[in-house]
Amino acid sequence: MRSQIRIEGGATGPSGASGRRQRPFHGIFRVAILYALLVFFAILTAVPFVWMVTSAFKSEADFFSSLFLPRGHGFLGVAWDQLTLDNFRRLFREVPMARGFLNSLFLASVASLGATLCGAMGGYALSKFQFRGRTWLTSLVLVTVVLPLPLLLAPRFELIYHLHLLNTYAGYLLPQLAPAFGVFLFRQAMLNSVPAEMIESARLDGCGEIRIFTTLVLPLVRPMIGAFIIITFLGVWNDYIGPQIFIQAPGRQPLAVLLAGMSGAYEMDYGLITAGTLLSVAPIMCLFLLLQREFISGLTAGTVKG
Amino acid sequence: MKSVRPHPSWAPWFFLSPFLLLFATFFAWPLLRAGALSLEQTFGPGVGVFIGLRNFTFILRDPLFWTALRNTVWYALGSLVVQMPVALALALMLNRPGLRGRGFLRLVFFSPCLIGLVFTAILFALIFDKQTGLINYSLHAIFHRWDPDFPWLDEHVMPSLILAALWLYAGFNMIYFLAALQNVPQEQAEAAAIDGAGAWGRFWHVTLPSIRPVAAFVVLLSVAGSVQLFELPYIIYLRSFGSGPDNRALTIVTYLYNTGFVTGDLGYASAIGWVLALLLVAVVVLHRWLSRGEEL
Repeated sequence: MRSQIRIEGGATGPSGASGRRQRPFHGIFRVAILYALLVFFAILTAVPFVWMVTSAFKSEADFFSSLFLPRGHGFLGVAWDQLTLDNFRRLFREVPMARGFLNSLFLASVASLGATLCGAMGGYALSKFQFRGRTWLTSLVLVTVVLPLPLLLAPRFELIYHLHLLNTYAGYLLPQLAPAFGVFLFRQAMLNSVPAEMIESARLDGCGEIRIFTTLVLPLVRPMIGAFIIITFLGVWNDYIGPQIFIQAPGRQPLAVLLAGMSGAYEMDYGLITAGTLLSVAPIMCLFLLLQREFISGLTAGTVKG
Repeated sequence: MKSVRPHPSWAPWFFLSPFLLLFATFFAWPLLRAGALSLEQTFGPGVGVFIGLRNFTFILRDPLFWTALRNTVWYALGSLVVQMPVALALALMLNRPGLRGRGFLRLVFFSPCLIGLVFTAILFALIFDKQTGLINYSLHAIFHRWDPDFPWLDEHVMPSLILAALWLYAGFNMIYFLAALQNVPQEQAEAAAIDGAGAWGRFWHVTLPSIRPVAAFVVLLSVAGSVQLFELPYIIYLRSFGSGPDNRALTIVTYLYNTGFVTGDLGYASAIGWVLALLLVAVVVLHRWLSRGEEL
């Protein structure tokens, strides 16, 4: 059907876009430019990563003398035997890298699971129950989503100080467990995908409120659960200002704070920094590859219909 | 129809309780405290003197604050102007029917935003380096006249930051545009093509109007994020506490952070926080006014 329209269009209006499609060479040329542009941008995007990975495996001398891989007589003209794991060895010997890794993993895991549970519960209450104050609470959540967090830094620091939670994991984690954005996202998801009749008939069958939530409601918003877990995990893993303020004890610092400190040192150790950054972003990349679909659907949730 | 068995009245409050409890403690209470704190001069937590509105009158003639505001606005506008066209162009190219490797390319373009501002800052502090940095090294290798000592971070502070942010966020914004392009009515585009509209005409009259609500949202998201820029300049210029050469990298949040947590004046930091909030309200109001009559 479509091809018919094109032929007719080409016959009546040779100057239009449909007329252009008639000329195969022109089309191939355009497609070639399109692919060339896309590949060019893809290379520009990927080059910093490639540079980081190759730098992490080079000695300091090779870092200064070559851009990516050191030149030599090996396969493809690369001196493969000059590549070294020395940077990684030094990383674990000279810097509390393993501890930083565990700190990051712990903070991000607890925050993402806890925030998802609190967010899902809150979103459930605001979307599927009728009670006094619901409208008011919903608008409060919406306002908080757009509240600038830097405004809360100073008073929260004071609060955490008075609660004697400064330099503890809890001092950083507890505020993370009240995600206004999560409540909002789960409310939207549950309004659309959890039918009220289902909950009511479960109630008629004598199903308890908590069981309705865990066995009926949560499975229906599984995509949102995956999306929100990974969004929060990423946010905490890449957070700097929060741990920098609330967790100043050296042994408890996550990777972001640890690596930033190394990068700000007076003697920049290129191999150490690139190796450390590589180890810090690798888990995130793997997690994303596993949960790509959930993540992107979560990002665009609520902004684009359909 | 009213349900036969209504939910028990405790149920919604039970589900809300963990969120509400933590929210009241760590959001609502600090927000109220931020009001009181902004009227004090403090020396670390718990040691404050009430000084009325003097924090706010001081902001008005604090040259460092105005520098920070100017830098932040410069960065926000620069990022917007650079990022949006690139993000939209990437989305338009990826949206072409029959394109091969779309999933892979989307992944590549999107991947920088996974590593976040902190690791981007750490990486770009090296990439912008003289001589050995990726940019100067490769530009000099390709164009021999390029100065390998080109002072990206020493002289061209904002362009460097905007460039790093472009690398980080172009793919992120592209995802939104791509999602919006899926909803562009194909019949309209085809009808326009039959009427003799060229690629540019179809883009201008069919594609752009139908992705406008999403574009407006992406612009708002980008500006609201830019106004709160902190990690990128702070870590790149960590040695000068994020101020950079002649305070040219100093942003509002950097100034807030240094005031509150380096100098220890939580009161003045809160006052800067309120001005930041006011700025964001202004951004939202301006945005609503510019995109009035459109439904998001």
